[in-house]
Amino acid sequence: MAIFLTSASKVIVQGMTGSEGRKHTSRMLASGTNVVGGVNPRKAGESVDFDGTAVPVFGSVSDAMSRTGADVSVIFVPPAFTKAAVVEAIDAGIGLAVIITEGVPVKDTAEFFAHAEARGTTRLIGPNCPGLISPGQANAGIIPADISGPGRIGLVSKSGTLTYQMMYELRDIGFSSGVGIGGDPVIGTTHIDCLEAFQNDPETDAIVMIGEIGGDAEERAAAYVAEHVTKPVVGYVAGFTAPEGKTMGHAGAIVSGSSGTAAAKKEALEAAGVRVGRTPSETADLMREIMKTPPA
Amino acid sequence: MDLFEYQARDMFEKHGVPVLGGVVATTVEEARAGAESLGGGTVVVKAQVKTGGRGKAGGVKLAGSPEEAAQAAAAILGMDIKGHTVHRVMVAAGAKIAEEYYFSLLLDRANRTYLAMASVEGGVEIEQLAVERPEALAKVAVDPLVGIDAAKAAEIVDAAGFADDVRDQIADVVQKLWAVYREEDATLVEVNPLVKTEDGKVVALDGKVSVDENAGFRHTDHADLTDVEAGDPLERKAAEKGLNYVKLDGSVGIIGNGAGLVMSTLDVVAYAGESHGGVKPANFLDIGGGASAEVMANGLEIILGDPQVKSVFVNVFGGITSCDVVADGIVQAFALLSERGDEITHPLVVRLDGNNAEEGRRILTDAALPHLEQVDTMDGAAQRAAELAAREA
Repeated sequence: MAIFLTSASKVIVQGMTGSEGRKHTSRMLASGTNVVGGVNPRKAGESVDFDGTAVPVFGSVSDAMSRTGADVSVIFVPPAFTKAAVVEAIDAGIGLAVIITEGVPVKDTAEFFAHAEARGTTRLIGPNCPGLISPGQANAGIIPADISGPGRIGLVSKSGTLTYQMMYELRDIGFSSGVGIGGDPVIGTTHIDCLEAFQNDPETDAIVMIGEIGGDAEERAAAYVAEHVTKPVVGYVAGFTAPEGKTMGHAGAIVSGSSGTAAAKKEALEAAGVRVGRTPSETADLMREIMKTPPA
Repeated sequence: MDLFEYQARDMFEKHGVPVLGGVVATTVEEARAGAESLGGGTVVVKAQVKTGGRGKAGGVKLAGSPEEAAQAAAAILGMDIKGHTVHRVMVAAGAKIAEEYYFSLLLDRANRTYLAMASVEGGVEIEQLAVERPEALAKVAVDPLVGIDAAKAAEIVDAAGFADDVRDQIADVVQKLWAVYREEDATLVEVNPLVKTEDGKVVALDGKVSVDENAGFRHTDHADLTDVEAGDPLERKAAEKGLNYVKLDGSVGIIGNGAGLVMSTLDVVAYAGESHGGVKPANFLDIGGGASAEVMANGLEIILGDPQVKSVFVNVFGGITSCDVVADGIVQAFALLSERGDEITHPLVVRLDGNNAEEGRRILTDAALPHLEQVDTMDGAAQRAAELAAREA
């Protein structure tokens, strides 16, 4: 069944006609995703050919939704225009908006998140994230579909490449869904949202959650696990060696004073019964023990 | 990006927040002239450093005349405060303080909203106040879509318990500080202390502002706020080349793709280093998705420019990028560096995994580059890089 994204999902791409949008639309289609349209007001009525598949371009998200029944939008528009694109998707009432764009001002994210909360119809994932994949069903974003096939592990991660690394390490077991929630200070869908969805997903048996320095999302996720998650969870946290006060690549990855450290996150997760690996490979091995699958 | 106090002061003034006169000075003479321009009376000479505790370190001095201001500047300029060299001072008009308050506006990551904090007990370490007497620090959530309007300002003033004689002024100031926060794309606006002077005026006496670098596209003036002298020279050079590099103090140079993977690589190297005499990572460097020859060459050049580096670990997971492209990039980077006269003299451990890894590894094997060896797993490669760094040390 997977979470948030299934074979029944109908996906549109805001920014499909740009270079990144075009490249990744092609990859989404190649992995079997039902991409039903793109959005660009200046190119409405045109279509874009992807290896023989003509994908229509609509003038607005609401137009694309009413003409195709789309329920997921993947957003590739540049940072200066991201807020307008997300607000448009929210106002159109789309169920899921996946914001890939990196470098969105945090004020814009805080504003469109508040707007989405007020409307109550749109789940946001991202920004600054690789999106999500339900292997064998659909792919909304930029996670390479050929890393791993379907299976019964659920994955949630702040980091794109660590998502890829973990899916690769456990590719012989496979994933129900992998969700890259992004590394910005303000994000739509959180670790907790994904933990809740995986806990309720009958096709997920165990969960791997990947965190990193900054904020206290992992600590709150740990508390959630202790309280609500009965499925086994393993964890990994990046950034033990990060110095205080330096942003490590992701805008949200910063240790401020004594808060947001990897050590505190690991401790909180372990106190909640989550086994935490010291390296991605060790974390994958912990998952293997749970799934009773020997190393590939 | 954290601003200096004088930059925050100027930003406050621009948005109508009451501040005292203040002039930035980089020399003793400028400090003297600054004190004169403020009327020649009592001034405060304050070190401009992006760290706390400057008062305790002797970086804030009262001066009764321009001559004393010059002497104070002479003492403060060049001072080291917690590793920050003082390159400039602010000469600020003196104030007769009756009461000190605290106010800040910041991003509340957990609730994905903003938070206003206010206290009638300012001028102290606010973290300490928050722990020791949390009831003295009012915290009021601010909706990003509404901000601090008159009603929200009144709520903040009530929550903090400001006295009647200053409530209207405080309410006005917090709305203006909201304007700073919103219009400047700040992620932090803090005033400590916000004071009432003896003649009953509310003034922002010290300010701390952080602005969001991702919003730079709509604030072209923010580029001027960058402190070009600060930071590590290698970090500066890397920034000029558009590289996401953070200098650390270990001996294993790190190059990887993706912020999370690179952070993880640092940890795995430090972990491996525990069994190799405590070897640590030398830097964070994320070359992003597309590892072109030029980006790889620039990255290697920065890392090899660090005299502490004894070995280099290139850790790439081919996700979107194919490993054969990365391998070609490494081969061409060696050629580029050779052309630039930067021969690679330290051992380089490369781990390629993921998309098209076998082809990537074959390319590197065939190229037989000097000092380069391949290890197929991240943990194994980290062990090897740590071992080599320990051996060279």
